[in-house]
Amino acid sequence: MSTSLLAVELAYWSETTLRVIGGLVAILLPAGGLVYVYLFKMMSFMQSRLGPMEAGPYGSMQLLAEVGKWLQKEDIVPAKADRQVFMLAPFVVLISTFLLILVLPFGPDAWFVDLDTGIYFAMAVSSVSVIGILMAGWGSSSKYSLLGGIRAAGQLIAYELPMVLAVLGVVIQAGTLNMNEIVFAQANGEIFGIDLIGNPYILTQFVGFALFMVAIQAELTQPPFDMPVAESELVAGYLTEYSGLRFLLFFIGEFATAGVFSGIAAVLFLGGWYVPGLAPEHDLYNVLGPLVLMGKIFLISGLIFWFRFTYPRFREDQLQRLAWKYLIPIALLNIVATGVLKVVF
Amino acid sequence: MTQLFAQAGSGDLMVAQNIFWWIFAAITVIAAIRVVTTENIVHSALNLVIVLAGVAVQFIFLGSEFAAVTQVLVYIGAIVVLFLFGIMLTRGSLGEETLAQSERRGMGALVALMLFGVMAVSLIDGFEDVTLGEDTRNLIEVETWEREGTDAGDAFLTRGSDTAAIGDTIFEQYIVPFEAISVLLLAALIGAIVIARKE
Repeated sequence: MSTSLLAVELAYWSETTLRVIGGLVAILLPAGGLVYVYLFKMMSFMQSRLGPMEAGPYGSMQLLAEVGKWLQKEDIVPAKADRQVFMLAPFVVLISTFLLILVLPFGPDAWFVDLDTGIYFAMAVSSVSVIGILMAGWGSSSKYSLLGGIRAAGQLIAYELPMVLAVLGVVIQAGTLNMNEIVFAQANGEIFGIDLIGNPYILTQFVGFALFMVAIQAELTQPPFDMPVAESELVAGYLTEYSGLRFLLFFIGEFATAGVFSGIAAVLFLGGWYVPGLAPEHDLYNVLGPLVLMGKIFLISGLIFWFRFTYPRFREDQLQRLAWKYLIPIALLNIVATGVLKVVF
Repeated sequence: MTQLFAQAGSGDLMVAQNIFWWIFAAITVIAAIRVVTTENIVHSALNLVIVLAGVAVQFIFLGSEFAAVTQVLVYIGAIVVLFLFGIMLTRGSLGEETLAQSERRGMGALVALMLFGVMAVSLIDGFEDVTLGEDTRNLIEVETWEREGTDAGDAFLTRGSDTAAIGDTIFEQYIVPFEAISVLLLAALIGAIVIARKE
């Protein structure tokens, strides 16, 4: 438990307050880091330019400047919009992100909630964001927003299936749905009797890993899967009518979810907070674990953004064909193969 | 209901849990009333999301994590999303959409009453002697869970894990009904595609 780490008994309300603050840090720190390192700097270098350089040393304060800018802007609600639905939509998307971070383990005892159904819970709450996007698309009363919302929903429904099916391979191999036990299963695993680096499931579940990465790229509506916000066709899709704070919330939601999904991928396939050489039961992991996990999050989201900056956008029919005709059958085969191998070995 | 008040007074249930139970119950009931009274069909669907989330919260209060997560995944993540998707594809977004409510009000009331009757009877029949605050998981343990030697059984008994118990029960005791339902769903799926593609 997180309280045992502090070795003091906390009251219910103070424990809850600490968890809320911890959750905010765990959401905002990776999100800000990803925006600065990848969106500002890596993309610029890939395009032979420097990126933001003025605000702070090496442009490192640019993020604060951007947030300040968005906060100052007027919060415009279109006259014909469905006011309540329009204003609530970004919060529904953020709720989904905050629920996702809950099950992410940062160390053997450093977690928010240790759910028995861990990864299943994550898959369930990640689908709540679709409702927020549909609310934004419908509530704006704009053709572009509505088209963007419908595209987003179609895409998220299609790619949720390969994502869940890819995770099943890991669940079968680990024999548990609990996120922390999945980490332990990898840390204590061995490859052909050699337990030098444990058994990170990226080795045995590489197909699952590839499917999961493609699926989360689509779930995050990152290019090449960014038809919902395709600027050349739909202005900005479901974001068209948003400004100021509410646009900022969508923006934070996008990058925070990228961070959380990378964290889930790190737990499932890279061994989470575990590093080879230190026994997974060691207490040091409660301090070291968050840093290790952060490193792995940046590694995996580096892949996501690398693809984002490299590939051109799909067409809508290509996207649907990829999900239903290729990813889902491969994922099903992966499950069958994993099940057979699990029984044989 | 009187039993519930007595339990709340005697401090059998945790205080925070009790307060939140009432808050979420009130939210669920208000949202449920709004589902059927609002004139706007999208608002109706969005209120349904709140009702279903409220039911998921009640499952968590009952200690049934797996049922709660399934509720969110299936009903909120899939069914309501499909409702909204269908509404947005078939109706315009612009302007107010009004529901013709009054026509079928009598039939709706009849169905609601029948559903209430069925659920009340099955609940009373299923949990005859159980009082609130009692650990109802023991019931399952006595009736269907007598395999203490197995891994899942130990996990269930030590940690109160119902996920492993549900998995084992479905795939051992209820495997035939489970497969039958799977085939039925597959048939319905194919049937729907055939009807939709008729042109």
